[in-house]
Amino acid sequence: MRLPAAAWAFVAPALLVVGVFFLLPVVAGLGLSLTDFDIYALAAFSNLRFVGFENYVRMLQTPLFWQALANTLYFVVVGVPLSIGASLGAALLLHSRLARFKPFFRTALFAPVVTTLVAVAVIWRYLFHTRYGVVNYALDQIGVDPVDWLGDPHWAMPTIILLAIWKNFGYNMVIFLASLQAIPEDLYEAARIDGASWFRQTVHITLPLLGPTLLMVGILTTAGYFQLFAEPYVMTQGGPLRSTVSVLYFMYEEGFKWWNFGAASAVAILLFGLIFAVTWLLIHLSKREVNP
Amino acid sequence: MTPRLASALVNGLLIGLTAVTLFPLLWMLSVSFMPAGAASTLPPPLFPETPTLANYRELFVRAGMVRWLMNSLLLAAAVTLCSLAFNTMAGYAFAKLKFAGRERLFRTLIGALVIPGQVAMMPLFLLLKQMGLVNTYGGVIVPAMAGIFGIYLVRQYARTIPDELLEAARVDGAGEFRIFLSVVVPLLRPVLASLAVFTFLACWNDFMWPLIVLTDEDLQTLPVALASLSREHVQDNEMMMAGSVVTVLPVLVLFLALQKHYIQGLLLGSVKG
Repeated sequence: MRLPAAAWAFVAPALLVVGVFFLLPVVAGLGLSLTDFDIYALAAFSNLRFVGFENYVRMLQTPLFWQALANTLYFVVVGVPLSIGASLGAALLLHSRLARFKPFFRTALFAPVVTTLVAVAVIWRYLFHTRYGVVNYALDQIGVDPVDWLGDPHWAMPTIILLAIWKNFGYNMVIFLASLQAIPEDLYEAARIDGASWFRQTVHITLPLLGPTLLMVGILTTAGYFQLFAEPYVMTQGGPLRSTVSVLYFMYEEGFKWWNFGAASAVAILLFGLIFAVTWLLIHLSKREVNP
Repeated sequence: MTPRLASALVNGLLIGLTAVTLFPLLWMLSVSFMPAGAASTLPPPLFPETPTLANYRELFVRAGMVRWLMNSLLLAAAVTLCSLAFNTMAGYAFAKLKFAGRERLFRTLIGALVIPGQVAMMPLFLLLKQMGLVNTYGGVIVPAMAGIFGIYLVRQYARTIPDELLEAARVDGAGEFRIFLSVVVPLLRPVLASLAVFTFLACWNDFMWPLIVLTDEDLQTLPVALASLSREHVQDNEMMMAGSVVTVLPVLVLFLALQKHYIQGLLLGSVKG
């Protein structure tokens, strides 16, 4: 077999799968968002009509969409910095020369990452149970009144954010740890000779050198957090008072509960646009930061 | 700060952080052995007074947990094997075999990585419905038989294979497929292990797509079944904890056994290149 022919034979199966079951549906999703595809069209494609941007216009006039967007932004804006902060803190602790039993601590702190989100959400629901949960019990011990964590619209999203931090911080921790280990030791050596404290070394050496990693971790975490779905599905079903309906939860109900595939596709594409814009913004801002 | 104090501080914080991290998982295990109702008391019991396997018995004998466990195992294993084969072939070709348009094609794939999968979900559902794959194992397996991230991961690693090695095999008259199987695959073994663990865990833990495409209870995976169980059994904390143990334990054990490969894959995949 000649080389190019062989090469195509090697890439063909994977390209076929990715093309037919991902790229093609993505393009079709764009098209679908411009139609009124609903349960009648699901029965017979002849009921399908082209409606232009009507789905998008209608979405932007739907209060629940805006609420879902606001809830998702709340989750992202509060959750991402706290998650990255937790990851960085844990990584700095693990990287410290003073830390003992590093492999054990690293494995234990990473464990939540590989657990199943649904199972963890079930555990979380029990831990934060209003009457019998251990969290309220602990609060009671220090004299704080019980909080209706998942039943109070003000507390439901913070509880989900706590779950997300616990579940995810290990992932970025490992990435930060690898970057920390790549920083040359003599930089710290020189700083120590100059009498710089640990705090100053961290601010002036560690954090600047972590810059590119921080940007990458920030982008990936933000994109991931925008796709909030399983936590509200299991823990709150979007409640209370729709305070935990995320954009994807809204899309799921619109698409697979009411079978409005046209509207659901429009929601998915709006979400994609938002993630893309935020990513672009992060890259742009970080460039300005480096060369003002 | 004296070195002793600093050391105590660092290690104390690490111990505290680890305790908070492991507590939910350990408590899940402990509560899963408590008799029904024992966990709904104050103060919340840390250990079962009379340990019992009743919750597990209930789940496996009455609720059909065996079926869901088997579904999860089967789907994760099938997806892992298929995508490992396809991604490895493609990743190797993108790294080492020259063909017209290779770089452009690869850049297109990488560009498509930014598109969240949800954009494809509705059309994909319609496509699978046309193919008769909705509500079959195929509905989960077929779309996952190859993935851009997997191709990328293999390509990154395969680029380190020296060309001379492949040329020497070609001079010896070996066919491209022979070379792939007997020279390339053995060299790729570390990244294949990483990719295998990654894929298996991701498939096992996946929730949204199986929820959509597998509505028949007999076909559901553990996370989907657990989610619907937890909606029915809101008060049965002990049984739900046992269900969580069955869902989490297999992947946790797999991770502990193959931790090195998992972390290596994570780092390889997150380095820009």
